[in-house]
Amino acid sequence: MKKIRCALIGSGNIGTDLIYKIQRSEMLEPVWMVGIDPSSEGLARARSMGLKTTAAGVDGLLPHVLEDNIQIAFDATSAYVHAENSRKLNELGVMMIDLTPAAIGPLCVPPVNLLEHANKVEMNVNMISCAGQATIPIVFAVSRIQSVAYGEIIASLASKSIGPGTRANLDEFTYTTSNAIQLVGGAKKGKALAIINPAEPPMLMRNTIYCQTEDEPDQTRITESILQMIGEVQKYVPGYRLVNGPIFDGKWVAVFMEVAGLGDYLPRYAGNLDIMTAAATRTAEMFAAEILAGNIQLKPLEVA
Amino acid sequence: MNQTQDLKGRKIIIHDMCLRDGMHAKREQMSIEQMVTIATALDDAGVPMIQVTHGAGLGGNSRQHGFAPHSNEEYLRVVVPRLRQAKVSVLLIPGLGTMKELQSAYDCGARSVHVATHCTEADTSPQHIAFARKLGMDTTGFLMMAHLNTPEGLAQQGKLMESYGAQTIYITDSAGYMLPADVKARVAALRTVLKPETEIGFHGHHNMGMGISNSIAAIEEGASRIDASVAGLGAGAGNTPLEVFVAVCERMGIETGCDLFKLMDMAEDIILPLMDHMVRVDRASLTLGYAGVYSTFLLHAKRASERFGVSTRDILIELGRKKMIGGQEDMIVDTAMTMAKERGLLKDVTA
Repeated sequence: MKKIRCALIGSGNIGTDLIYKIQRSEMLEPVWMVGIDPSSEGLARARSMGLKTTAAGVDGLLPHVLEDNIQIAFDATSAYVHAENSRKLNELGVMMIDLTPAAIGPLCVPPVNLLEHANKVEMNVNMISCAGQATIPIVFAVSRIQSVAYGEIIASLASKSIGPGTRANLDEFTYTTSNAIQLVGGAKKGKALAIINPAEPPMLMRNTIYCQTEDEPDQTRITESILQMIGEVQKYVPGYRLVNGPIFDGKWVAVFMEVAGLGDYLPRYAGNLDIMTAAATRTAEMFAAEILAGNIQLKPLEVA
Repeated sequence: MNQTQDLKGRKIIIHDMCLRDGMHAKREQMSIEQMVTIATALDDAGVPMIQVTHGAGLGGNSRQHGFAPHSNEEYLRVVVPRLRQAKVSVLLIPGLGTMKELQSAYDCGARSVHVATHCTEADTSPQHIAFARKLGMDTTGFLMMAHLNTPEGLAQQGKLMESYGAQTIYITDSAGYMLPADVKARVAALRTVLKPETEIGFHGHHNMGMGISNSIAAIEEGASRIDASVAGLGAGAGNTPLEVFVAVCERMGIETGCDLFKLMDMAEDIILPLMDHMVRVDRASLTLGYAGVYSTFLLHAKRASERFGVSTRDILIELGRKKMIGGQEDMIVDTAMTMAKERGLLKDVTA
């Protein structure tokens, strides 16, 4: 079967884990990995896994985009360089999946709104954050039943799973995730909290979701909706598991989740890494399926 | 060091925590009037620094940490203009509070900030520390749950915060777990690696009754800033009781610039009457200190205990075993539910 050829930008934890996810895909093929440090472990690993690499940043990839027929790129660098990366690749007709908190394109949580984005042939979609991917499906599962005045999520992450980029830019993570709880989750107000826990052995990623409904919560329907949504996420993140709840306290609904990863690049505790890369892969597959079926054709963007 | 040092003439900056850590002891429910009464009494007693925010700091208003009746800005706007000499500080925990909120607190008159991270995660604070310095604030790197890092490890974390721009590094005994020798080892390790002009601070909790002795131990090794709160109003068994600490300092000739009798009166006449529960070492708060659990977990664990029928002590011990840290208050309910299920007190919805 023909596959859509992909480039991975950023050779850190996320970029490296993506190689494994994309190599397993029936529709995607990882062809290039782009870094900025010739001695990076991620680039070395990419080479050993058969990818072409450059340490010259996105500019090192550009001359090869057309000849290597790259149609989808994943950006796992930082919010600060994403816009420029995206502009350069969109100009060549490459669709961009943004795993940074830059969020210049529409926000995507696969079981909530992926189909909508694929139908619109968006040239840049943003994956929000690991915490967003792990919690927004639940917020949406409540808000599709009844109006949510306030959604709050707490993500606890193993210290070893958080790379230097995220650490140095925690505010971007907070802003992007809070905003997405509203825009994608459907809560009128959203708030995101992140905790980095150094316990040894490392703890699995944990996520708590609190929703305050406007009226008395319909406990049966909300519980059904949440359980159905967990099943949807489990299709691409098998380690996504309900630990406790939903429990109801007045108008508050609380759900306690855990995410175990597949253990591709980092061990299983790094569910945060997995849920992000799995969601990005699923998003790319949805676009790839449409491209392969001839339903959408990516066109170079005219830049004013 | 074994012989008792002569600390006569040493100058210490005392930082009161009643209106921040004390918020935890009040389940974040402090009125504007109570804030003003306490802040003006502290100011009048010569306390040079007063921290004013939600117990969890900027961005603290949340389901996770409790909703205070007023925003941080509302508290700051009322308190700051009433002070004659004291400087007002805020707490900022990256991952919860943001630079936007720091700017807003600055605009309301805050001039000092504790930028707090867990004792091994200092590298989550560079943007906030740098931004605080850019605003011209007196900037502290506040290493929480400091007993969970070695003296050398903690020193490296402090060095990182210093490199981001922190002017003071605090050893924060959030669990009230440390003994004086633990404190001394950590202050000494920091003193070895930090620049001479970088100050060292100690923030104690009284869960093992060591608040005063730990603070004195810190001063003996070179700390020059001490967090305390009048009548100990704070999380767990409270912070180092400020008026007691000042009395000890007076006896030892350590200069605090505070008026002891005014502080004693304030403890008795203002703070004690507004306590919802006696903030003291009791079965639950002693468990925190003994097991090394974050002091703020105390009231959350008591509530979870009432709701799910598992004892507070059992919940706290389990949280300690699972190595939960400050900010993971959601895991208290989660842990209590899991324990209740194991004991047949609660049914699983998916079962």
